[in-house]
Amino acid sequence: MTGSLRWLRRTALRVVPVVTGVVLATFFLLRLVPGGPAAAVLGDQATDEAVAALEAQMGLDQPLGAQLWSYVSGVVLHGDVGTSLIYNVPTSELIAGRVGVTLSIVALAALGTLLLVVPLAFAAALHKDGVIDHVIRVVPAIGLAMPTFWIGLLLIVVFAVNLGWLPAGGSDGVRSLVLPAAAIAISMTPVLVRTLRAQLLEVLDADFVAALTAAGLPRRRVLAHVLRNAALPTLTLFGLNIAYMIGGTLVIERVFALNGLGALMFESISNRDFPVVQGVALFCAVAVVAVTVATDFLVDRLDPRSRLS
Amino acid sequence: MTAIGSTQQGPGAQAGTGAAGEVARGAGPLWRRMARTPAFVAGAVITATVVLAALLAPVLATHDPAAQNLLGGLQAPSGEHWLGTDQLGRDIYSRLLYAARTDLRIAGLAVIIPFIVGVLVGTTSGYVGGAYDWVVSRVVDTVVAFPFYVIVVAVVFAVGAGEQGISVALALVGWVTYARVLRATTAVHASSGWVAAARGGGLSHARILVRHILPNTLTQAIVLLMNDIVFVIVAVVTLSYLGLGVQPPTADWGTMISDGQAFVATKWWLSVIPGAAVVWTGIGLSLLGDGIGDVWRVE
Repeated sequence: MTGSLRWLRRTALRVVPVVTGVVLATFFLLRLVPGGPAAAVLGDQATDEAVAALEAQMGLDQPLGAQLWSYVSGVVLHGDVGTSLIYNVPTSELIAGRVGVTLSIVALAALGTLLLVVPLAFAAALHKDGVIDHVIRVVPAIGLAMPTFWIGLLLIVVFAVNLGWLPAGGSDGVRSLVLPAAAIAISMTPVLVRTLRAQLLEVLDADFVAALTAAGLPRRRVLAHVLRNAALPTLTLFGLNIAYMIGGTLVIERVFALNGLGALMFESISNRDFPVVQGVALFCAVAVVAVTVATDFLVDRLDPRSRLS
Repeated sequence: MTAIGSTQQGPGAQAGTGAAGEVARGAGPLWRRMARTPAFVAGAVITATVVLAALLAPVLATHDPAAQNLLGGLQAPSGEHWLGTDQLGRDIYSRLLYAARTDLRIAGLAVIIPFIVGVLVGTTSGYVGGAYDWVVSRVVDTVVAFPFYVIVVAVVFAVGAGEQGISVALALVGWVTYARVLRATTAVHASSGWVAAARGGGLSHARILVRHILPNTLTQAIVLLMNDIVFVIVAVVTLSYLGLGVQPPTADWGTMISDGQAFVATKWWLSVIPGAAVVWTGIGLSLLGDGIGDVWRVE
C-alpha cells in the first residue's frame, strides 16, 4: 500500500508540472501570431472595428491574466479550450467526434510495430554479429531517412494501385486503416529494433541465463525466461515512443484522406480556427502524458522487484 | 575540427564516461582514422553527391526549374526530360537538383540555431543546477510531451507558413534534444572528482565549463547534430508536403511529392523519385554521423 502511495506521489510530482506547462504552452501559442489572432483570422482587408469585435468575441480584449484564468478554468472545469470559430461548438465536441479514427490507427500501428519489432530484435540478438544482425543494424539508417508520409505513398502504389489488395484510404472500415497503420509501423520499426536488440543482448548476458543453461534447461525454455524479462523494457520503449506515433498518425491521415484528429487539425489550420488547433495540440500532449503514466504504472505493477520493499 | 580532436588531451580523456573505453583503432592522424571507418567514408561520399548536386544545380540542370510547358505536362522519362515532367510541364530532374538546394539550406539553418541554444542551455543547467536547472527541465518536459509534428505544425500555424515559419518552429522545438542530453552528461562531469580538483586548483567556474567540460560534451553533441540533421530534413520535407513549408513555385522535395500524389495511380515516379532523393540524403548523413561517432569513439 505504501508502495502505491509512493508511486502516486512520485507520478504527481512529475505529471503536474508537465500538464501545467502544456496548458501554458497552448495558451501562449496564440501570442506567437504576428499582429494577433483576430487580425489573422479576418485577413488584411478587415476593418479595425471588425478586428476589435472578433477580439471581444474571443476574449482577447481582456487583460492577459483574465484570459489565462478563463483558459485554465475552461480546461480544468470543462476539459475545453474554447469554442470553434467556424463550427461554433466546443472544441472538445469536435475532438471527441474525430478521435476514434486516430486512436484506431495508433492501436493498429502499435500492434503492427510489436509484430515487426519483437521477432526482428530477437533474430538480431540471438545471431549477434551474424548476417541477420548486420542487415538489421544497417536498415535503421534507411528507416530514419524515410518520411512516414512517403512510406504511405509507396504502400499505396504497391498495395492499392498495383495489387489492389487494400483501399488507398477513405472510409472502408478497418480495411482502410491497414495501410496507414502499416506505414507508421514501418517507420517506427528500425529505431525500436535497434534499442530492443541492445536490451535483449543485456538480458541474454544476465547471470540467470548462464545459470539456467548450465542447469541443463532446453534452449527454448531459457528463451521463454528471456522473453519474460524483456517484456518490461519493450513496454517502456512503447510508452516512450507513443508521442512519435501520435504525431506520425496525424500526418499519415492526410496521405490516406482519413477523417481523424489530423484532418481536423489541418482543416482548422486552413480555416484559421485557432481554438481547435489549441485544443488538438493540448489533447495530444495530455494523451501522451497519460500513456506515459499508464506504462510507468504497468511496469511498476508487473515488475516483481517493486513488491520487495 | 581540431578543437574536437583535442578532446583526447582534456582532463576528461581519463575520467570521461565511455569515451576512453578502448584505444582508438589506429591512433594515427584524424584523417587516417576517418579513412579506416567504412561508415564515415560511405557517408561522406553519399553526402558529397547531394551537396555537389545542390551547389552545382545551375550547371547540372538541363532546364529552368520553374519553366512551365502546359502542353508537355506529365511526360514519362525521355532523352529530353531525363526524369519526365510534372503536371505543369516542368523538368523533374532540374527541379530535383534545385530542391536539394532549398531543402539543404533550410535544414542546415534549422539545425544550427537549436544546436547552439541547446548546447548552451544544457551545459549551463547541468553545471549550475538548482532552480535554473529545475525550470529548464520542466520546459524540456513540456516540449517533449507534445508529439513532434503536433507542436511544430501548431507553431508554424501561429507564426505563418513558409521557410521562415518552419525555421522558427523547428528552432523552438529542436534545442530540447541537445539540452536534455548535454544536461545529463554535464551533470555527471560536474559532480566528478576532476572538476572538484580543478576548482580546488583555483580555476573559475567559467573556465572549467568552457575549457574542460565543453570539450568533453561537444563530441556527443556533434553526433546528436548529425542524427538531428536527418530528422530535420525529413521534417522540412514533411512540412512542405503538408503545404506549410516551402511555398510554390520554389522547388522542394516535399511539394514535389505532394504534387505527384494526385497522379500516383498512373505516374508513380512523380512522388517516388523526390522521396528517394530524401532517403539518399538521409542515408548519407546518417552514415556520416555514425562514422563521426566511430572516429571519435562516442557512444
